[in-house]
Amino acid sequence: MAKEKKGIRLEHVSKIYKDPKTKKDFYAVKDVSVEIEPGSFVTLLGPSGCGKTTTLRMIAGFESPDEGSIFLGGERIDELTPNKRDTAMVFQSYALLPHYNIFDNVAYGLKIRKVPKEEIRKKVIDILELVGLSGMETRMTNQLSGGQQQRVALARALVIEPGVLLFDEPLSNLDAKLRVSMRTEIRRIQQEAGITAIYVTHDQSEAMSISDQIIIMKSGVISQMGTPQDIYYHPVNEFVADFIGDANFLKGKVVSHAGETGTMEINGNHVEVSGCGHVSEGSEATLVLRPESIHLEDAGNIPCDVVLSCFMGAYQNYHVMVGDTKVAITDYNPRGKKIYQVGDKAFISFKPETAHVLQASE
Amino acid sequence: MKRRQSAALDRKKLLKDPVLLITIIILIVALLLFVLYPLLILLVDSIWQEGHFTLGIFESVLHLGRFQTAFWNTVRAGVITGLLSTLLGLLFAYVDVYVRLRFRILERLFNVVSMLPVVSPPFVLSLSMICLFGRSGLVTRQILGIYDANVYGLVGIVVTQTLTFFPVCYLMLRGLLKNIDPSLEEAARDMGASRWKVFWTVTTPLLLPGLGNAFLVTFIESAADFANPMLIGGDYDTLATTIYLQITGAYDKQGASAMAVVLLSLTILMFIIQKYYLESKTAATLTGKASRERMRITDKSVTFPMTMLCGLVSIFVILMYAMVPMGALFKLWGRNYALTLDHFKYIFTYGGLAAFKDSALLSVIAAPITAILSMIIAYLVVKRKFKGRGFIEFVSILAMAVPGTVLGVGFIRGYSNGMFRTGFLQGIYGTSAILIIAFVVRSLPTGTRSGISALRQIDKSIEESAYDMGAGSGKVFMTVTLPLIKDSFFSGLVTAFVRSITAISAVILLVTPRWNMVTVQINSLAEKGNYGEACAYATVLIIIVYAAVMLMNLFIKYFGTSRVRRQK
Ligand SMILES: Nc1ncnc2c1ncn2[C@@H]1O[C@H](COP(=O)(O)OP(=O)(O)O)[C@@H](O)[C@H]1O
Ligand SMILES: [Mg+2]
Repeated sequence: MAKEKKGIRLEHVSKIYKDPKTKKDFYAVKDVSVEIEPGSFVTLLGPSGCGKTTTLRMIAGFESPDEGSIFLGGERIDELTPNKRDTAMVFQSYALLPHYNIFDNVAYGLKIRKVPKEEIRKKVIDILELVGLSGMETRMTNQLSGGQQQRVALARALVIEPGVLLFDEPLSNLDAKLRVSMRTEIRRIQQEAGITAIYVTHDQSEAMSISDQIIIMKSGVISQMGTPQDIYYHPVNEFVADFIGDANFLKGKVVSHAGETGTMEINGNHVEVSGCGHVSEGSEATLVLRPESIHLEDAGNIPCDVVLSCFMGAYQNYHVMVGDTKVAITDYNPRGKKIYQVGDKAFISFKPETAHVLQASE
Repeated sequence: MKRRQSAALDRKKLLKDPVLLITIIILIVALLLFVLYPLLILLVDSIWQEGHFTLGIFESVLHLGRFQTAFWNTVRAGVITGLLSTLLGLLFAYVDVYVRLRFRILERLFNVVSMLPVVSPPFVLSLSMICLFGRSGLVTRQILGIYDANVYGLVGIVVTQTLTFFPVCYLMLRGLLKNIDPSLEEAARDMGASRWKVFWTVTTPLLLPGLGNAFLVTFIESAADFANPMLIGGDYDTLATTIYLQITGAYDKQGASAMAVVLLSLTILMFIIQKYYLESKTAATLTGKASRERMRITDKSVTFPMTMLCGLVSIFVILMYAMVPMGALFKLWGRNYALTLDHFKYIFTYGGLAAFKDSALLSVIAAPITAILSMIIAYLVVKRKFKGRGFIEFVSILAMAVPGTVLGVGFIRGYSNGMFRTGFLQGIYGTSAILIIAFVVRSLPTGTRSGISALRQIDKSIEESAYDMGAGSGKVFMTVTLPLIKDSFFSGLVTAFVRSITAISAVILLVTPRWNMVTVQINSLAEKGNYGEACAYATVLIIIVYAAVMLMNLFIKYFGTSRVRRQK
C-alpha cells in the first residue's frame, strides 16, 4: 500500500541535552549508527531513559541531532521540518485530535495533502477496515476504548502512506491482554501494508514477538543490533543477555579451546562449552545460560544445592546454588521426570551449544 | 560538548517555516514598538536633555514637593489597600474553603461579589461611595444628618480600592487553601492544638508566600489605579493622578516622564518580587492537590461571626454597586429622590450615543486582536522552542505591571513626534489606532496568562501529531490549537472587550476630540459634580459589559471544550 518503502540510515547521530537538575550537558543519544532496510520492522529496545524516544523524535524531526546525519530513502533529511518528512508517528498517548470524530482524525493528513474528497472518503474507509474499525467513522475519540484509539492512531498514520512508520511505546497504556493481541495486529498490518516500521518499547517480549531486527540501547548507546534469535542466543554482554529474556551468569575461566568449542573451569569444575573461540585460553570469562537450557541430573560436572523447587504447571521452577551463584532453571514438561526437592544435592547439565561465553570485560 | 549543530538545524527548520517565522518577527517587533519602546523612551526622556545626559530632571522632580507627597501617598494607599484586601480576601477564602455554610445563598453572594469588579468600570465604587457617604450622601446626610461629610481622600481611596481588589485576593487564596492537604492540619489537631493554634502554626506558614503574593498584586493594582484616586482622592494625589495633572495641567512632559519612570520602577519591582520570588515559593510549599475532602468547621462560635462578617461585606459591596443605577434614576441626589429618566435622556441627547459607539467600536476592534495575539503568544511560549521565546513571554507578561498612566505618557512621548522624534509612525498618534494599541497592550497580559495555563493542560503530542501528518505551523494553530482552547480564546475576547471599554488611565491621556470615550465622559461629569449623568453613563456601561459576560458564559456552556476530553 505504501507508495514506496523507504530505508532509514543514521550516521553517528548524537543528541545532547542539558540535565534540568545539574545544568550539565549530557549525551541522551550517543554516536548511533544504524541502517534499516526498506520494509523491515525494527525495534528500539532498552530501559526507560536510554534515549529511544529521543532517537525516534530525531527521525520524525521534532528534535535536531547535535552530531551526525539522518537519511530517509537515501535522502538526507536533517534540515526538513516534521511536516515535510515522509514519516508518520504513532504516539504513546495516541494524541488523537479530540475535537474531531474518527473519520476526520484519519482524514486529517489527507486533507492537508489536498487529496480529492472522494478519494479521501475511499482511503479512510479502506484503512479503517484494515485496522478493524469499520462503521465507527462518526464516533468521537472519547467514546473509544484505549485499544480502539490505538487503532485510530495507527490508521491515521498509515493512511498518508508514509515512507516509514514510527511507534513510540504505542501499547504501554493498554492492559496486558490487549497488549498481546494488539502487537500481533500491528505486525499483521505492517506486513499487509508493506511498510518500514521503527518501533520503540521497553518490553522485551513485545520486541521479540514483533521485530525483524532489534536494537538494544543503554544510556544513549547501541549495545547490540540483530535478529531476535541473534540477540537471544548470542548476547554481546551481560546487560543484553539479562535484558532479553532471563539469563544465568557463571563466572569462570577458559582453560582450553580448539576452534569454537572448548573447556571452561567453573568453581574448579571443568565443563565443555561451545562458542568460546573469541576468548583466549586462560582468560576470565562468563558463561551465559538460559534457564530453559539447563537440566538437573544426579551425576555430572557442576554440583549444586537446590534452594527452591516450585511446580508451575507447564514447568518446574528451580533455584540452585552453584558455589555462591544462584542459578534459575526452568524445566518444561515436568510430568514423569524426577522432581528435586529443596535441600537435594544435584548437578547441572546443559548441551555445549546452548551455552554462550562472554569475555570478562573488566 | 557542543550543541551547535542542533541549534543550526533548528534555525534552518525555522527558516523553512515562513508562517512561524513571520509571526515571531511581527510579535517581537510589535512588543518592541508598543511595550518596550514607550517605556524606554520615558527613561531616555528623563535623563536626556538637548543632546546631553543629565540627572537634572530627576533631581528637580524628586525635590518637587508635589511629587514627594504623591509618592508617599501612593505607597501609603498601596500598603493599606494591600493589607486590607489580603485580609478580607483571606477571610472570604477561609470561610469558603473551611466553614460549612449554612445558607446556600451565601455561596451565591460570594460568587456575585467576586464577579462584580470584573464586570464593572473601575470608578463605579467611587461614584457610589460619593452617593452614599459624600456631602449629600444617602447615609451621611439623609440618615445621619451630617452636612459636611468628607469622603474624599485616603479613606475614600482605600475603601473603594479594597472593595474593588479584594475579590482577586479571595480567588487567589481560595485556590491555595484548597490545595492544602487537610491531613496536615488534622495531624496538628490530633496532637491537641486548638483551631487558632492550627491556623497560626500550620495554615498561615503554608500560606505566607501566597499572602505576600496577594498583597503585592493588590499593591501594584492600587499604585496603578487612576480612576478612583481621580474621583474620590480629593487633595490626596497619587503618582498616577499627579502624572496626569503634570501633563494636562502643567504641560510638563519631561517631569511627567520622570515621575512615570518612578511609578513604573515601583510597580515593576513589586512585580518581579511577586513573580520570580514569591510565586516559586508558593509552588514549592503547596504542591499537588489535597488528598481528600476537608472536614468543614461546624462549630457555631467560629462559623457565626465569620459568615456574618462575610455576609455583611458582601451585602455592602452589592449595595455599593446598586447605588449606581439608583444614582442614575433619582432626580437630584441628596435633594430630590423622585424617580426619573432625565439623566439617561440627557446623556443620550448630549453625545452619549456617540461616546458609546466610539468606545464600543474601538473595543470591538481591539478585543479580537488581543485575543488572537494572546493565544498565539501562549502557543509559541508553551509549545514551540525558538530564540526569542523568553523575550516574548517576558515582555508580554511584564506589561501586566505597567500602569496605564505610564503607558499613556510613554505613547505620548514616544509617538507624538514620531519614533525618536523622527516623525516615523507619527501618523498613529492622535488617531484611533493608538487607542486600539493601548487597549491591546493593556489586556494582552491577562489573555496570555489564561492562554498559557489552558495550553499547559493539553498534551504536547496532539499538536505534534498534526505537525507530523504534514500540517504547517499556521495550519496546526488554526485547526488544532485554537479549537482546543476556544474557551480560553473566547473568554480572552470578552475580557479584552470589557477591559477596553472600561479603560481610562491610558485612554484619558491619548484621547482626541474626534473620539468620545465613555469612561472619559464619566470622569469629566463626575469632576463637575454631575453625578446623576455620570451614574447614567456607568449604568449603561455596566449593562453592556454584563451582557458581554453573559454571552461569553452562554457560548462556553453550549460550544465550549469542557465536554471534550482533555488529555493529560
Ligand atoms: N527535552 C529534554 N531536555 C532534557 N533532557 C531530556 C529531554 N528529553 C529527554 N531528556 C533526557 O534524555 C534521556 C533520554 O530520554 P528518552 O529518549 O525520552 O528515553 P526513553 O524514551 O528511552 O525512555 C533521559 O535521561 C531524559 O531525561
Ligand atoms: Mg520514551
